[in-house]
This record gives sequence, structure tokens and C-alpha cells, in this order.
Amino acid sequence: MQTLDQIVAESPVFAGLEPAQLELIAGCAHNVAFDSGARLFREGEAADTFYLVRRGRIALSAHVPGRGDVTVETIEPGEVLGWSWLFPPYTWHFDARAVEDAGVVAFDGACLRGKCDADHALGYELLSRFAQVAIDRLQQTRTLLLDVYGNGHDN
Amino acid sequence: MIDLDGLHALVGVLRDRGFCVVGPMRREGAIVYEEIESADELPAGWTEVQEAATYRLERRTDEARFGYPVGPHSWKRYLLPARVRLWQARRRDGGAPEIVEEALPERPFALLGVRPCDLHAIAVQDRIFLEGAYVDRDYAGRREGAFLVAVNCGTPGGTCFCASMGTGPRAESGYDLALTELLEGGHRFLAEAGSERGVEVLADLIGTEVTQADVDAALRVTHDAVEHMGRVLESFDLRDLLARNVNHPRFADAAERCLTCGNCTLVCPTCFCTSVDDVNVLEDGGAERWRRWDSCYSVDYSNIHGGAIRPSSRARYRQWLTHKFGTWVDQFGTSGCVGCGRCITWCPVGIDVTEELTAIRAADGEVDHANA
Amino acid sequence: MATATTTDTPSRGAIIPEPYRVVARAPETADTWTLLLEPLGMSIIPEPGQFNMLYAFGVGEVPISTSAGPEPGGELVHTIRAVGPVTQALCAARPGDVIGVRGPFGTTWPLEEARGGDLVIVAGGIGLAPVRPAVYHALAHRDDYASVTLLVGARTPADLLFVRELEDWRGRFDIDVGVTVDSAVGDWHGRVGVVPRLIPGAAFDPASTTALVVGPEIMMTFTARALLERGIASDKIYVSMERNMRCGVGHCGHCQLGPVLICRDGPVFRYDEMQQLMEVREL
Repeated sequence: MQTLDQIVAESPVFAGLEPAQLELIAGCAHNVAFDSGARLFREGEAADTFYLVRRGRIALSAHVPGRGDVTVETIEPGEVLGWSWLFPPYTWHFDARAVEDAGVVAFDGACLRGKCDADHALGYELLSRFAQVAIDRLQQTRTLLLDVYGNGHDN
Repeated sequence: MIDLDGLHALVGVLRDRGFCVVGPMRREGAIVYEEIESADELPAGWTEVQEAATYRLERRTDEARFGYPVGPHSWKRYLLPARVRLWQARRRDGGAPEIVEEALPERPFALLGVRPCDLHAIAVQDRIFLEGAYVDRDYAGRREGAFLVAVNCGTPGGTCFCASMGTGPRAESGYDLALTELLEGGHRFLAEAGSERGVEVLADLIGTEVTQADVDAALRVTHDAVEHMGRVLESFDLRDLLARNVNHPRFADAAERCLTCGNCTLVCPTCFCTSVDDVNVLEDGGAERWRRWDSCYSVDYSNIHGGAIRPSSRARYRQWLTHKFGTWVDQFGTSGCVGCGRCITWCPVGIDVTEELTAIRAADGEVDHANA
Repeated sequence: MATATTTDTPSRGAIIPEPYRVVARAPETADTWTLLLEPLGMSIIPEPGQFNMLYAFGVGEVPISTSAGPEPGGELVHTIRAVGPVTQALCAARPGDVIGVRGPFGTTWPLEEARGGDLVIVAGGIGLAPVRPAVYHALAHRDDYASVTLLVGARTPADLLFVRELEDWRGRFDIDVGVTVDSAVGDWHGRVGVVPRLIPGAAFDPASTTALVVGPEIMMTFTARALLERGIASDKIYVSMERNMRCGVGHCGHCQLGPVLICRDGPVFRYDEMQQLMEVREL
């Protein structure tokens, strides 16, 4: 079983950080388990946490009146969940719940934010990595907008 | 050598042998191909003046029977008709519908006055309909029985460039008979047979022996024609030129002029695109399949579920030009163009393929970044 | 001179539709049905990747790939999405109705060439239908391949084709199945996201992999990009292209895509031959 230090050090999103930085980040982390169906956060709540999914699957969804909860993305083991903690207004934009029993590493985003304010070198490193996560999700979302399987389109 | 009486006799012999003779005649201000019953119907003493977006008939100072290049019709009018029923299907109770293929025309065609460019065009279409994995029954039926009387060109037109495409002005092969009209020393025709059937028909005509002077005179006719081509086109590497210039700015340039009217595809002797219409026959619960000409210029030509692949006129002009001179070679092993010039003459805005291709070559490698 | 042969006998099966009777009709999604057809006359036997022209009496014809087979009794299986008058008429055909079939036409999936290596099949939307015969073939000749991976994408869970088969295959030990949808409502516990996202985590050896990709053209482009990023060579990726098709026999000109005729030279093409053509707008 891996320690949090090992998990953080081997995680692609933290690749290239210095040992001191990795140690600091691991110090803000703890393991959490969610039962299938459990909610991690709701849209609009304060985003003070981000997660690394280790096991299971997390669904990001929005509640659409008349349609119910529409899942727009799932986060798989090895992937990062959450970048809203690093960008104003620091609130969640979607709901998140575990669709299977899930194990995640939760990071204290509020604390890390404070550390970034104090140490701009760390801030730059985390900002660039999480910006990349947001970019990857944006590109996927744009692809989904193309609605490639759709029924014929107005040009 | 045969004279005008011989020409009359030729038409008679062909009709007697059961052919429907189709030849040039003057109608509605153009020289068109229709069924003729005698050589009297040929456009004696008429010529065509052709330029980009221009066509008119003018009187000649002589009585040449074939003194013009080509009019708006091509022989696909008879070999690949604009509209033809392919089959009829009748439902039978509880079982498979009975499908009856359309009968072929009763009389085979004798095509009188096939220009060398048009001979090549027929060969180009033969490649598509007879020499691929599948044979088109209707085309094959019309083609196999057809008797081709080629007429070498003495009066090339203002838009002609067969010499540049290697398709004329002299017919080399692919005909049953080839005639060269000579006007000096009497109105006569040098007649050459190009097949067994041609030999047989020639044997039925009264003529005189061919002299060396006759041969020289005939060669002079086509030699002079080469010198008087209306257009010239560098054609040796068009396939590669177009393949590497798929986003050339000239296509957008042409699109500003092109009406996508499709005239070029109608008059082009090699354009072969067709579509099928499946229709119900209400009276007896049957169905029919009809084949009709189609054109890559129509927007719905490229429709797939979701819309047209080529909505812009730029893309459709590019499709036609690059197919005709470029990808036709990849698809069928020959160029699609025979240099007849019809597309230039009949384009209402006078787009000239030789000019377009020359412009692409002059700016080889330029990219239309706005549209690429 | 041309060596033409006037055909007194009809060009059966290729030019004239052969009659086939609808034996069964199964709904797959709200707008897609699978028809099982039996021959009343000549049998037409398409290989995986090939298509037939299906004729709805008096309405018209469309090209539809085979979605199973070859079947021993000459039956045909076609999965059809109802998007226009002809496909709507075909999807409305009931057991006992007779439709017309011409074929088989086109090129096949490179199942022989892929032997000895890993096989990766990526299907989006209705694209799972034309590639299902390849899955059947791989499972029936399982020893011919090292690993077999099937990755499937659809708009929503309700748009997934062959769901029961997908579930069966997921339960097997000799094929890896990944499924994702663009969005999901309610009780979906599977992945939500684009198909290419399934590729980085899939277990195959790029050096020995042949990939078959089918779906809307954009989906194939994005998927091919992801496969190339994993290290599969572009001449080991195969796509299935689509253009307006009228005759299926290379005579009508409609299905041209640059230098190729899709009915004759495709629909299955190697990606390295298609890549540049697919990058040209409105080609």
C-alpha cells in the first residue's frame, strides 16, 4: 500500500516539482473513501478541496429541470478532480458524486492557496499544472459540443 | 476517295443496314446531333464561331459539310442518354417483385461526324462503363452496336485545344470509318476504314483510288488545324499539379465568377455523373428506376446525412476542375479532358479552363489561407 | 476498341436488386433497427467491412454495411439508422416484407493483415454496426490475435448499440471493452467523456497493433490522433469513409473523395492514405 508521499510523488499532475514542494503538498493530503452514490460536493459550494481519484469513478453533473441530473463528465482513477480551488471565485461549478465505491486522496486547497500566496514559485508551478487540467477538460468539452453523433445539423 | 454522292450513299448504306444515323444538323442557331435521313440535312456551308461564353453560326464561303468544330451536343446524348429507364418492377402477391430490364434501342446508332476529340471522349467513357469491375448494361448495349464515322478536323474553333490534350485534330483509332473533307480539286472525302465493319461499308460505296496527293492534302488539312487551335494548354503534368495545389487561391477566384449552373457538365463529352430516381407507379403498384444526368455543381450532389460536403461554390468548382484534369487519372487511368472547348464556349460567364490551369501553374504552391 | 459485352441476362445482385425477405426486425435504439433478411433468389455474401445497396420498393436505395456474418444460409444482417425517407422505409419494414439488395461492394476490414498482433477497434455511434463483423471474426478466431480491445462511444446511454452484446463481451476474459458516452442522465454508472480519452489507458502494444476506427469523420480524426500519440503507425490504422453513394459500382461519380471512389476503393481505407484528404475542407 502506497503512502501519501509516494502517491503524490508519482502523480503526473505533480511531476517535476521539487521534493520540498512535494512534501508540502503531501502534508495537505489525506485519504477519503466514498460509498457508491455519495456526494463529494455540490455546485456553488466553496471549492476548498481538490482530489486525486485512486479507485472507482466520480461523476460530474448538473441538475437540469425536466431532465434530472445530467452527467457531463466522469473522472477515472489516476485523474485529477477539481481546479476551482485555485481560481476565483473558488466555488464548484458542478455536482460530484461517486458512481461506484470510490477511494480518493483529498487535498486541502484552502491551505495550499495560502501557501501559494506566500510562495509565488510554488504558486506558479501549481497554477500551470491546474491550468493544464482545465485546458484538457475544456478541449474535451468543446469536442462534445460538436455533437458528432447528432442527427444532422443546420450549417 | 468518295464525293458528295458517295457521302449521300454512305448515309443510305448505313440506314439500309438498319442503323439509326445520327449526324450534325442546323437547329435553333446551333449545330446539333440528331437523327438524319439523308446527307441533305448536314449543315452545308455553315461554320461555328466560338469564344468564351460565345457561340454563333456563320455562313462559310464554301459548301463544306463538316466545316465547324463541335456544337453543344456530344455523343453521350445517345450513348449515355440524359434520362433513361433502367427497369420496371412489379409486385407479385407475397413474393419477390418481378424486375424487367428496359429494352435497348431497336436500331443501333451510326454516329456520323465524330470529331477526334469526341472519339477520345467515347473511349474515356468506355473505360468507366465497360472496363471497370461492373459493366453498365445500357451503355454497353448502345456502344457495342454503334458504328462510328469519324471526321477529321479542318476548322478548329476558338476554344479548341485538342492538340494540347493529344486527342486531335486527326483521328488515329477507335473508329469504323474516318473521313477527311477536301475542298480543293473537287468536293471529296478521303475515307479510311478502321475496322472490319468499316471495310464492309466502304466496299458498298462507289469511290476512286486514293492518290499520294490525296493523302498529302488530307494531312495538310489536319496539320493546318493544329496551327489554328483556339487555345493552348500545357498538359503534361496536370494531375500532379492539381494534387499538390488542392488549396490554391485560384479556386476562390473562379468561384467569384462561377454560377454553378452546371452548363460545363452538360456539354462536356466525358462528364458522366448520373443519379437514379426510384418512383412508384401508382396505377399498378409497381416501381421504376430511372437514371438521369447529374452534376457535381448541384449542392445536394455531395449530400450525406448531416448536409452537403461541398456547400461552397469554391469547393464545387474545385471538384469539377481537379476531377476533370487530375483525379480522373487516379480513378480511371486517363485524363477526363479531351480539349473540345465546349465548357469554355458554353460557360455563361466565360470561365476558361486553360486560363484557370495556367494561372494555377503560374502560382504553383500558393495557398488560400482564408479557405484552406 | 472497347470489348463490350451486351448482357442479355440481367446483372443480378450488382445492378439489379435481388429480393430479400425480412425475417426479423429488432430495435436497437429509438431510431435504429437491425433487420435480418433471407434471400428469395441469389445469395449475396458481404465480408466484414463491405456494404450492400438496400432498396425500399419505390422509395430508393441506400448503402448499408453488413453488421454481422457472413451467415451460413446467405442471410443478411443490416443495422440501419432512420434518418431519411429510404432508411425510414427500411426501418419500417416488417417480417414478410420484401426489399431489394445489391452487392456486396467495397473493401474489407484487414483482419488477415492484423493476425499475430493486437487488434484495437474503436467505434462511435452507428459506427459500431459496420465493425461488429470484425469483432465477431476476432472472437471466432481468437488465437489469431494477441489482445483484442473494443472501445465504444455514443451520444447517450440510450444511443448505445448492441447493449446486451457489449455487456456479454465485457464479461469475457479474452476481450477488453471500454464504453463512454457524451452525456448521461440518471442511472448511468459508466464513463462520460469523449472516445479518444479511452485510448491512453487501454492495454495494447502499439508496435504490434492494428486499429480499426469507425464513426463520424471528426470522431475518426480525433481518435486517429490519439492512436498515433500512443505510437501506432498510421499505416496500421484503418478508417471507414462515407460519401454520397448512388450506384455502388463506380459508374455515377458521386462517392468520389479526391482520387478515390469510396464504393470501389473503400469504404475501408488505411489512415495514412486518407489523412491528408481528410484535412482538406469540403473535398
